[in-house]
Amino acid sequence: MVPISWYLVLSAMLFALGVVGFLVKRNLITIFMSIELMLNAVNLAFVAFAWQWKQLNGQVFVFFVMVVAAAEAAVGLAIIIAVFRTRETLNVDRVNLLKL
Amino acid sequence: MLHTVLFIVFAVIAVAAAVNLLAQRHPINSALSLIVVMAALSVLYLLLGAEFVAAVQVIIYAGAVMVLFVFVIMLLNAGEEERTPGSRVAKIIGYPGVAALAALIVWTLVRHNTGALKVGLGRFLGSPSAIGHLLFKDFLLPFEVTSVLILIAIMGAVVLAGREG
Repeated sequence: MVPISWYLVLSAMLFALGVVGFLVKRNLITIFMSIELMLNAVNLAFVAFAWQWKQLNGQVFVFFVMVVAAAEAAVGLAIIIAVFRTRETLNVDRVNLLKL
Repeated sequence: MLHTVLFIVFAVIAVAAAVNLLAQRHPINSALSLIVVMAALSVLYLLLGAEFVAAVQVIIYAGAVMVLFVFVIMLLNAGEEERTPGSRVAKIIGYPGVAALAALIVWTLVRHNTGALKVGLGRFLGSPSAIGHLLFKDFLLPFEVTSVLILIAIMGAVVLAGREG
C-alpha cells in the first residue's frame, strides 16, 4: 500500500525537472519536450487526486489535458518547422525576432 | 507490498529518465527518454486504477505525440545542442530556486493530505465505459469544444508548416 502523497511528491519532482529543462535547454524541440514533461506531471497529480476522492472527474480532466497537449504539439512543431526554414537554426538564443 | 515495489521501481525509472532528458545534448536522445517517462507514468496510472488513462497515455502520448516529435527532429536533422555560457548567478540561484519550487508544490499538494488514504492494487476506478458515460453526459459540451479545437489545430499546423518560404 502506497500513500497518495508519494504520487504527489513524484508529480512535483517531475514538474520541477520540466521547469529546469524549460529554462536550461537551448534547443527549441527539447524545450518543447520539457513542456510535455510538465503536462505529464500535472496529469499524474490529477489521477492521484481522482483516486483519493474516488471521483472520475480527474481522469476526464487528464483526457482533456492530453487532447490540448496533442493540439499544442501539432501547432508548436509546425511553428518550429516554420522558424527553422527562415533561421536555419534551432537555438533559441538565435531566435530573437517575432517576425518569421 | 507488490504495489510498493512497483511504485518505487517505476517512479525511479520516471525520475531517472526525466533527468536523462535534461542531461542529453542530442534531441533524439531526449525524445527517447521522454518516451520512457511516459511509459513509466502509464504503469503508475494503472496502479492508481485508471486503466483508460493508462491506455490513452501509451497510445496518444508515447505513440502519436512522440512520433510527431521524433519525426520533426529527423526532418530538421537537428544536431547536438550548442553550449552557451550562462552567468554564475543563474547557477547559484537557479538550483536552490528549483528545489524551493518543488518543495512548494509538495507542501501545497500534501498540506491537507493526512496520508491515511492508501492506494491498493487491482481496484480499477476508471474503466473505459465509466469514462465514456461521464464524457458524453456531464462533459458533453467540453468534449465537443475539444473537437473544434483539434480541427483548428490541424488547420493551423497545415497553414504554418505548409507555407512556401
